[in-house]
Amino acid sequence: MSMLSIKDLHAEVDGKPILKGIDLEINPGEVHAIMGPNGSGKSTLSQVLAGREGFEVTRGEVRFGGEDLLDMDIDERALAGLMLAFQYPVEIPGVKNVYLLKAAYNALREKRGEPEVDAFEFLQLVREKLRIMDMDESFLHRGVNEGFSGGEKKRNEILQMLIMEPRLAILDETDSGLDIDALKVVSDGVNSLRAEDRSIVMVTHYQRLLNYIEPDFVHVLSDGRIIKSGDKSLALELEERGYQWVLEEAAA
Amino acid sequence: MATNQEEMEQLVEREYKHGFVTDIEEDTLPPGLNEDIVREISRRKEEPEFMLEWRLQAFRQWQEMTEPTWAHVSHPPIDFQSISYYSAPKSPEQLKEEAPESLDEVDPKLLETYERLGIPLHEQEKLAGVAVDAVFDSVSVATTYKDRLAEQGIIFCSFSEAVHDHPELVKRYLGTVVPPADNFFAALNSAVFSDGSFVYIPKGVKCPMELSTYFRINAANTGQFERTLIVAEEGASVSYLEGCTAPMRKENQLHAAVVELVALDDAEIKYSTVQNWYPGNDIGEGGVYNFVTKRGECRGDRSKITWTQVETGSAITWKYPSCVLRGNDSRGEFYSVAVGNNYQQIDSGTKMIHLGKNTHSTIISKGISAGHAENAYRGLVRVEKGAEGARNFTQCDSLLMGDQCGAHTFPYMEVKNPTAKVEHEATTSKVGEDQIFYCQQRGISEEDAVNMIVNGFCKEVFGELPMEFAVEAQALLEISLEGSVG
Repeated sequence: MSMLSIKDLHAEVDGKPILKGIDLEINPGEVHAIMGPNGSGKSTLSQVLAGREGFEVTRGEVRFGGEDLLDMDIDERALAGLMLAFQYPVEIPGVKNVYLLKAAYNALREKRGEPEVDAFEFLQLVREKLRIMDMDESFLHRGVNEGFSGGEKKRNEILQMLIMEPRLAILDETDSGLDIDALKVVSDGVNSLRAEDRSIVMVTHYQRLLNYIEPDFVHVLSDGRIIKSGDKSLALELEERGYQWVLEEAAA
Repeated sequence: MATNQEEMEQLVEREYKHGFVTDIEEDTLPPGLNEDIVREISRRKEEPEFMLEWRLQAFRQWQEMTEPTWAHVSHPPIDFQSISYYSAPKSPEQLKEEAPESLDEVDPKLLETYERLGIPLHEQEKLAGVAVDAVFDSVSVATTYKDRLAEQGIIFCSFSEAVHDHPELVKRYLGTVVPPADNFFAALNSAVFSDGSFVYIPKGVKCPMELSTYFRINAANTGQFERTLIVAEEGASVSYLEGCTAPMRKENQLHAAVVELVALDDAEIKYSTVQNWYPGNDIGEGGVYNFVTKRGECRGDRSKITWTQVETGSAITWKYPSCVLRGNDSRGEFYSVAVGNNYQQIDSGTKMIHLGKNTHSTIISKGISAGHAENAYRGLVRVEKGAEGARNFTQCDSLLMGDQCGAHTFPYMEVKNPTAKVEHEATTSKVGEDQIFYCQQRGISEEDAVNMIVNGFCKEVFGELPMEFAVEAQALLEISLEGSVG
């Protein structure tokens, strides 16, 4: 059974159609890259999948692990294993990072019918994940994303994923604002998530990230539709030749 | 997520769990206010002559005064003649106005009331480290741990008892921080106040437990006018907490209290309030008018007074817990969380009056507005000529939930000494839909997300509350804001 199945998905924002018929099948273990020029609907797709308000689905169907995704609340989707690494992680002043992490983790455990972890157990777990992300423990005691640099915010997103271990990880422009060292750390983190029963969707404008996280499939999104799909060589070709030729090819 | 109207309405419906009425026979004076009523209150309390004189003088001054209109609140005119100024629960042993000698004499209905409110009046209960004075309408019904405290010379009793048993202390300190004619509501209180708490910590004594007073308005059409006086002598220290609730009634109820604190050399008083008077319903009917004068004087050198308040209740709040920093090197602190939901109106803040040298004050105010609430911070920092080296730091943050509410900041500064340093910071933010979405996307429910965000916003203030009350304050905040983001 596929992990995520999107059929003829249409969505609009403020009455303006953005997604105009997306079809996409993602199987467990696969890594997909969704690329495309600015304004093609890449970020809208990830927001719609996460359930953000204001993104109105007007037609189509999305099944996640066989269930109707569009019928689920935002937190239900998260607890069912669909997690989004934000392009612009949100600051929550005064709320400690570790507090948010623990609340999220315990919500997940509650959903699975497992007892809550106490502060000590949780710290053990989180320390191990911090090491993978090359993050200092002091991160835990700062306000959520409060005063974090761009790179720190992105690391923090992946740290959350390492803890929540989603079945479907969606990375929205995770490479933007990262220097080469941070990019490497973030990619290592994502690669450590790769597993047979887990799928990863990377939404990205540039091919750069794909050097570090190798996709099985690459899709080009333009004007709300997937106009071309291929393997990782497509990404390289896009890097070399830009998007124009795909757009022309699709128009022809 | 609340997607349809009905669900939204359910969410917004706010639960006030202290809204029950205790069915108990009360001895209530007829509505109205004149000299005879003032005399009658004093007579029922068997007060010495000086108290009656004090009341009458205040009453005469009050008659000359007009209700203040400068606050950013609006309400229909209050008919002071339609309110009853005295109401006390009747019980056989208690037809006299003295507080009962032991808990066995307290009407079980009253004990049950406090039990329901989560305030155990039985000693050795779970809040074993806290002594409680319970004020029901106009009288104190029980005070716990009195004897144990007395061993160290600490006096903790109802105000009525203090007038009888320690008249010299009452005479020496009453009205010295908030004079009877200080303002309209203070004058009214001075004329008709019925009970309250009295705390006296002798020289060098650190009070071994938290002291607290729990105020409950029960009777209908009755005002509550309590008066609290706390004196910490040289080197003494005390932490005091008050809590307040009232039944849900369609009519507004008036609460006009006065609190006076006196800290002598090296003394420290920490005064915390968790105010949860009935705020009125979701269309703005009913609720308590909370018009309160609270002021502390750091009379001695190196003394310190800290006000911490969590204000979630009342239809209208009008209060400015203040510090007069008279002693050199004295410190005044004000930490406040004021929450308004539905149609609540809040005009609250503080005054820091720097008189002594090297006096420091800190003001941290967190205002949260939801629904149609109006929330104003009003603060004065005054540095007088002689206050060499005075310092103030003020931080006012406002958090808005939804787009029907208002937040306002009215900071006043009067600096007459050139060496003073006064800092003011203010921010206004909204509980972002993006913040809630972010938390929900991590599997946290919408309600928990809002609570988490609001608690983060209030963190600095909650940190100032005594441990067991910080937890209560957080819970209270959650109830107050239930469903305010749909």
